[in-house]
Amino acid sequence: MVRRVVITGLGLISPLGAGVEISWKRLLDGQSGAGPITAFDTTDYACTVACEVPTVDGRGGGGPDIEGSFDPSKVLSNKERRKVDDFILYGIAAADEALNDADWHPETEEDRIRTGVMIGSGIGGLGIIAATALELRDKGPKRISPFFIPSSLINLASGQVSIRHGLKGPNHSVVTACATGAHAIGDASRLIAHGDADVMVAGGAESAIVPIGIAGFIACRALCTAFNDNPTQASRPYDKDRDGFVMGEGAGVVVLEEYEHAKARGAKIYAEVLGYALSGDAYHITAPSEDGEGGYRAMVAAAKDAGIDPATIDYVNSHGTSTMADFIELRAIERFLGERAATATVSSTKSAIGHLLGGAGAVEAIFCALAIRDQVAPPTINLANPAEETQVDLVPNKAKKMKIDRVMSNSFGFGGTNAALILGKVEA
Amino acid sequence: MSEVLERVRKIVIDHLDADPDKVTEKASFIDDLEADSLDIVELVMAFEEEFDIEIPDDSAEHILTVGDAVNYIQDKLAA
Repeated sequence: MVRRVVITGLGLISPLGAGVEISWKRLLDGQSGAGPITAFDTTDYACTVACEVPTVDGRGGGGPDIEGSFDPSKVLSNKERRKVDDFILYGIAAADEALNDADWHPETEEDRIRTGVMIGSGIGGLGIIAATALELRDKGPKRISPFFIPSSLINLASGQVSIRHGLKGPNHSVVTACATGAHAIGDASRLIAHGDADVMVAGGAESAIVPIGIAGFIACRALCTAFNDNPTQASRPYDKDRDGFVMGEGAGVVVLEEYEHAKARGAKIYAEVLGYALSGDAYHITAPSEDGEGGYRAMVAAAKDAGIDPATIDYVNSHGTSTMADFIELRAIERFLGERAATATVSSTKSAIGHLLGGAGAVEAIFCALAIRDQVAPPTINLANPAEETQVDLVPNKAKKMKIDRVMSNSFGFGGTNAALILGKVEA
Repeated sequence: MSEVLERVRKIVIDHLDADPDKVTEKASFIDDLEADSLDIVELVMAFEEEFDIEIPDDSAEHILTVGDAVNYIQDKLAA
């Protein structure tokens, strides 16, 4: 990269709670964010579990007196809330936290022009689109809300954050299914490296725990259906009893900053974005190729971009969705790490928070930054019996204290789109 | 206060999250109640639904205050 890029702020609305620190603490404690779906009646749905954001209104097991519950009224007034789908609400809340964490509140015109936003989503306002389609059918075209389009467009997460904070730099958005969050952070880093901006607010958001979202992924045979009576056990990457992913929701947003810019203002630095790469499978609309070569090429190219030997990567946060693809990715990681594979540490945090689709890569990059800060690898929970043999330490069920200087986060999406991000510790 | 005014005020307060004390007959949606053009489109739709009437776009353009809405609706209902 031309200019160095570092992460100086983190923001998270996750199924483990509203906020970075509470989500991270619960993740390290081995807690699960899964439960029975509370958002709608799941009668006739083959899958009835999901990782919902605990909310003060009772959604996802939250409540006004339950620690870590998300309170939308602290983010938007009722009037403004009606104009955004939940994925935008989550994105706004995570961006607020990240900007506060970075202590970056640009007020001069120059600072605002040099600060951009790139928050993506996999599917955007799916729930509002479905509900509005029914209104169109039942009441006709004159009853469609003027806020229908701006509340459901994917790039309106970036738009809303830009308007809210007066950020006038690049305003962009990524849509690459489950690789969205990683691509957003990677592409935003490139904008800074290339000189288009000095600061970027980047990440991903999703809110697809709606009837048509769950029904659609059930139809793809992608969701877990065997653990409806035992939701916290449902997401179990690498385990022999895994049978599909568990849908998550929420948002992860980071503040990315040019290194000298961050240093000059004395910003706290979590990690440096050392390398990033993208690749395409050219194989199948929903499945990876059996040799995992698309993901492998992304990892190799990211290491080349970072100018590092893969063997120096201490921890890998895998895509690991709790599906048949887990071991395809793991074999590709082993091939990538070479001799280091025998002593490698790889975990899937989707075991605890489910799969946030377009939010996943950003949330997982945040966990990677925290793994570097706290020198600990988060666990893969519910891993009782690995389905296949491996020498890799999959960090079953308990977080692992260890030296972590470099981490890699993988994200792969439907359509055969892949991203690998490599982050590194920055010496103070 | 007329019944129409009360029903209009309730819709305006709900939709704009407005302070009830500010929602007077003279209040301008944009200048006093912080509405934008899309908010007004939505308000007019809510009036149509509440009073079971149609408000054509060229009439809606002239509804700028709470009082304008009340007068328009009363005329329409009397017609």
